[in-house]
Amino acid sequence: MMEEDDFDPEVIKRFMFVNRKAPYGTVYALESLETVLISAAFDQDVSVVFLDDGVFQLKKGQDTTGINMKNFSPTFRALEGYDVEKLYVEKESLEARGLTENDLVVDVEILSTDELREIMAAQDVVISA
Amino acid sequence: MTTMLHTVNKSPLERNTLDSCLRLATAGSAILLIEDGVYGALRGTTAAEKIAARMKDFKIYVLGPDMAARGLNEAPLVDGIEVVDYGGFVDLVAEHEAQQAWL
Repeated sequence: MMEEDDFDPEVIKRFMFVNRKAPYGTVYALESLETVLISAAFDQDVSVVFLDDGVFQLKKGQDTTGINMKNFSPTFRALEGYDVEKLYVEKESLEARGLTENDLVVDVEILSTDELREIMAAQDVVISA
Repeated sequence: MTTMLHTVNKSPLERNTLDSCLRLATAGSAILLIEDGVYGALRGTTAAEKIAARMKDFKIYVLGPDMAARGLNEAPLVDGIEVVDYGGFVDLVAEHEAQQAWL
């Protein structure tokens, strides 16, 4: 008999990863990205959101050779290959930082706060960083 | 729609965590202030008005042990905020379908 907590591959849950931190000052951004990649192995309905300083994770032209840290921004372009295709950026956060879609390393869907709120409310699991 | 419990663990006087939670949480959600987030429950701070203005949209709780740890047991709270203990925290988690931790 199936216990409630057993993993059932037939059940697809909606997982949303919410990124609110800039990339290199703390380890949150990198750890979140690694969690997204792991979740992709489970064939769930995964989306990734960038808001507040999280939008800086997607800024083009990152060069970390001077700080001895891995530049993980190219990995966002690889997410499509893992069937993680829903990348959302909050318009207000982007504009507040003087950025436009052209400043980002990957194609994203720009959402208003209202649109994002609606999508967030429809998730089964929200993991924030 | 999923019923959501939001937790906020950063002081609104230092970070924008509470602002983002209040901006993106769906009306009717529960918000629990924990750790340094409890400073957001205090009356008379420069951040108090942010929560006071949204009391009609959300049910807002604050974790008592985190208040006590910071010497805030007797401190006046924004009207309508409910203090819960760890058991109350567990009840809130159980009553909602999902949780979102604003860090």
